[in-house]
Amino acid sequence: MKINLTINGKKYSPDVEPRLLLIHYLRDVAGLTGAHIGCETSLCGACTIEVNGKSVKSCSMFAVQADGADVLTIEGLAQDGKLHAMQEAFWNQHGLQCGFCTPGMIMACKAILDHNPNPSDDEIRHGIEGNLCRCTGYQHIVNSVKAAAAAGAGK
Amino acid sequence: MIPQTFEYTAPKTLDEAMVLLEGGGKPLAGGMSLIPMMKLRLATPEHLIDLGRIKDLDYIREAAGELHIGATATHSSVENSALVKAKCPLLAAAAGAIGDPQIRNVGTMGGSVAHADPAADYPAALQALEAKIVIRGAKGERTVSAADFFVDAFTTTLDAGEVVREVVVPVEQAGTGTSYMKMPQPASGFAIVGVAVRVRRGGGKITLARIGVTGLSNIGYRASAAEKALEGSAGTADDIMKAAALVTQGVDANSDLHASAEYRKHLASVYAARAITAAASKA
Repeated sequence: MKINLTINGKKYSPDVEPRLLLIHYLRDVAGLTGAHIGCETSLCGACTIEVNGKSVKSCSMFAVQADGADVLTIEGLAQDGKLHAMQEAFWNQHGLQCGFCTPGMIMACKAILDHNPNPSDDEIRHGIEGNLCRCTGYQHIVNSVKAAAAAGAGK
Repeated sequence: MIPQTFEYTAPKTLDEAMVLLEGGGKPLAGGMSLIPMMKLRLATPEHLIDLGRIKDLDYIREAAGELHIGATATHSSVENSALVKAKCPLLAAAAGAIGDPQIRNVGTMGGSVAHADPAADYPAALQALEAKIVIRGAKGERTVSAADFFVDAFTTTLDAGEVVREVVVPVEQAGTGTSYMKMPQPASGFAIVGVAVRVRRGGGKITLARIGVTGLSNIGYRASAAEKALEGSAGTADDIMKAAALVTQGVDANSDLHASAEYRKHLASVYAARAITAAASKA
């Protein structure tokens, strides 16, 4: 089935099987391997991306459901070689250890600030409930979001 | 994990969808339960009818003292709706307790209700709100109460070819306090036990008590014995404890690896006491 979608500002018009999951399209067809496949059961959040400005788990959505959508993945955050403020904050605050959860975690953290530019610790923790870090580095992730907020990353 | 092959159609109108559903298609709303089930091949529909492109199903509006929530309104739109927060805060609280932000951005009211997961959050609130479910079928529409809609785990009164069109809840009267409290399974966020409470006071007494419980049994239910104990009482801490002890009366509690039946019943009373106390403090 032919679909049209925009990913990180670039247009794609693939012919996909209805059962192709969006994460598999992004990674295996479009070659965007930033979003990760962790649990594949919509619990871990490693595959988090934005579809039409809302954070979603791309392992639990068919590519055909994104027909006509504007998709943003971790690869689309940096602009002109300059990291997004949330990426910069993760870098500076040691918001990652092994890095596996990081692409999804950064997308989820960006979504927190998009709706709430100055979240409390509780609001940050509530906002990343759908993302698991098996290194358990949550405190530094919370610090990263606070640093990004202080740097004005929220809309 | 790759689902079995299927045909996919995304109609633009409900009328088109009804024709396709009558032909044996399986409705897809947000897919937050259906897609994981398809990946595990617990569900193998041959034809998916995506309701996500039907604009007429995505709404939240007020009419004649009630709120109407369209089937494809997402949990996050219910949670964040100024209308729902002001006029039916219990429903907004239940929506905000579902899963996680990404799930709430995609999962829908109609999909959750039709799926009838025994550990879902909405059933507790819908029972306490005495909500109505509007069902669209080939022969027209019918409306059933939440009490009659949920039949068993993953089983509702929906017949083949029927879909949930909207959920209707009352606009909360002034002076009503509400609360939804749950013990979530830490990874999935599903309710091990969840209790939704509405309490109204008048003349120094509790004049109305509605208590919905989810997670404990195969379906969300109204804890009638606890409601009766609370109504007419002064709503003291002692009255609340006595009522909370009754929320599991006559109920067959589920047992699984997350919680034994005995522990679930204990949790239900604890969370009922907390939710009644919170609701009563706002009434």
